[in-house]
Amino acid sequence: MQLTQRAKHVDRHPMTWIERLYFWNILKGMLITLRHLFKRKATINFPEQKRSFSSVFRGLHVLNRDEEGRERCTACGLCAVACPAEAITMEAAERLPGEEQLYREEKYAAKYEINMLRCIFCGLCEEACPKDAIYLSQTFAPSNYSRKGFIYKKDDMLIPNPLTEPETYKKALGERPAKMIGNQ
Amino acid sequence: MHLLSIDWWFLLEKLVLIMVIISLSLVIAMYTTYAERKVAAWLQDRRGPNRAGPWGILQPLADGGKLFFKEEIIPLVSSKFLFILGPSLAMITALLTSAVIPWGTSLHLFGREMPLQIADVNIGILYIFGVVSLGVYGIMIGGWASNNKFSLLAAIRAASQMISYELAMGLALIAVLMLAGSLQMSVIVQNQIDHGWHVIYQPLGFVIFFICALAECNRTPFDLAEAENELNFGYHQEYSSMKLGFYLFAEYINMFISSAVMATLFFGGYDIPFVNEASWGISPNLLALIGFAVLMAKIFFFLFVFIWIRWTIPRFRYDQLMNLGWKGLIPLSLANMVLTAVVMLILKK
Repeated sequence: MQLTQRAKHVDRHPMTWIERLYFWNILKGMLITLRHLFKRKATINFPEQKRSFSSVFRGLHVLNRDEEGRERCTACGLCAVACPAEAITMEAAERLPGEEQLYREEKYAAKYEINMLRCIFCGLCEEACPKDAIYLSQTFAPSNYSRKGFIYKKDDMLIPNPLTEPETYKKALGERPAKMIGNQ
Repeated sequence: MHLLSIDWWFLLEKLVLIMVIISLSLVIAMYTTYAERKVAAWLQDRRGPNRAGPWGILQPLADGGKLFFKEEIIPLVSSKFLFILGPSLAMITALLTSAVIPWGTSLHLFGREMPLQIADVNIGILYIFGVVSLGVYGIMIGGWASNNKFSLLAAIRAASQMISYELAMGLALIAVLMLAGSLQMSVIVQNQIDHGWHVIYQPLGFVIFFICALAECNRTPFDLAEAENELNFGYHQEYSSMKLGFYLFAEYINMFISSAVMATLFFGGYDIPFVNEASWGISPNLLALIGFAVLMAKIFFFLFVFIWIRWTIPRFRYDQLMNLGWKGLIPLSLANMVLTAVVMLILKK
């Protein structure tokens, strides 16, 4: 009884003398490998050439600023709660008078760390954030010699100020400008 | 300049030739490792080494440098003298073979005729066989001295394989020798220049010889002696640093030399195909160099085939190897020999 149409009948006849020489089969195999000699290579020269990521690729985290260059994060901790890998740690601090150009809200993250070895790049922090303060960019974490090097601090993730350094800001922004348009 | 009734120019000329040929075979062996990695990569749709220098051309130097700087380990339980003798012997025998191969006609320099062959002995091909069969001692001694069961197993495999395939190789060769009527390498080449390449008369003999050459060089599909997945690298498992390098290197030199032997015995040596170069009327020096280049092209083709086969065909099982050698190739080469003799006898009468 046939369960599927895919079953292929295996020919189990004893090999003839010619077949036992394997000469023709070896020749066939050699021709197959020879054809591969001229095929397009499947690999690329990695550090010089890079494959493009999908537009929904989730890479390293970026801590966002608003149009005036103020940090958006208010250290509410929703990202840390949402994180299934428990990779996010933060400490909140109160904005002092005179710091209004630095932080958008009265409360901000004095310390914000993501352990990139724990992070699974699911993007739930991005979804959880009510302030659009964190999003996943299109680069991935570079290699490092120590575990400590994989704990990314605020300085490592904060996007450059759009007012003072617009060029690096644009570069860090990547191809996801939709995220940047502040929608409270 | 005759001092002590020795022709010193002759000595000097041979010395230079030896140096050139030995360094040439070393360089070619070096770049065969590069070619191996490159061709392997291409056959597998990869790019191969391309970091050291343009197109990775300095990769063999980097590999060699790495091997030189590696820590040298001689196992305590090994027999130290033999442990060092093994790779040395492998290297020496690999290099010795090039002595009787005619690399070209002869150069005329400083009023002297300088044949491009180190020694044109009248039993040239026998000399090659003698030295090649010594080559198994390098593997055998190395595997034995390592005092490691895998190494010993590999050494025994290598020895039995080489002995089995040398028989068929020799028998296939006899047919060629009957055609040429001499054991002298230069005469064999001259015979092919006069009457056409031996591969035309002896296609079966060539196939047998080629298969046996694969086995003699321990190349896939006959690389049972260094089967990584069965024997943890085989006879050179305990070796490190440049001693390991010598073993690996000797294999590539052997490949080069056996390609040269095949080109010489079956493909006309330094003969330029399809033309009668003697009628060109250019200087003999230039002609010798062209002949040398043609021989090199033939050798490179064979080297490519060696590599190509390696990355296509999987390894034989031990019993398959023995079956093929004793029940397949030896009767076939015997039949080939008898057939050649009969045909030659009929044609002569």
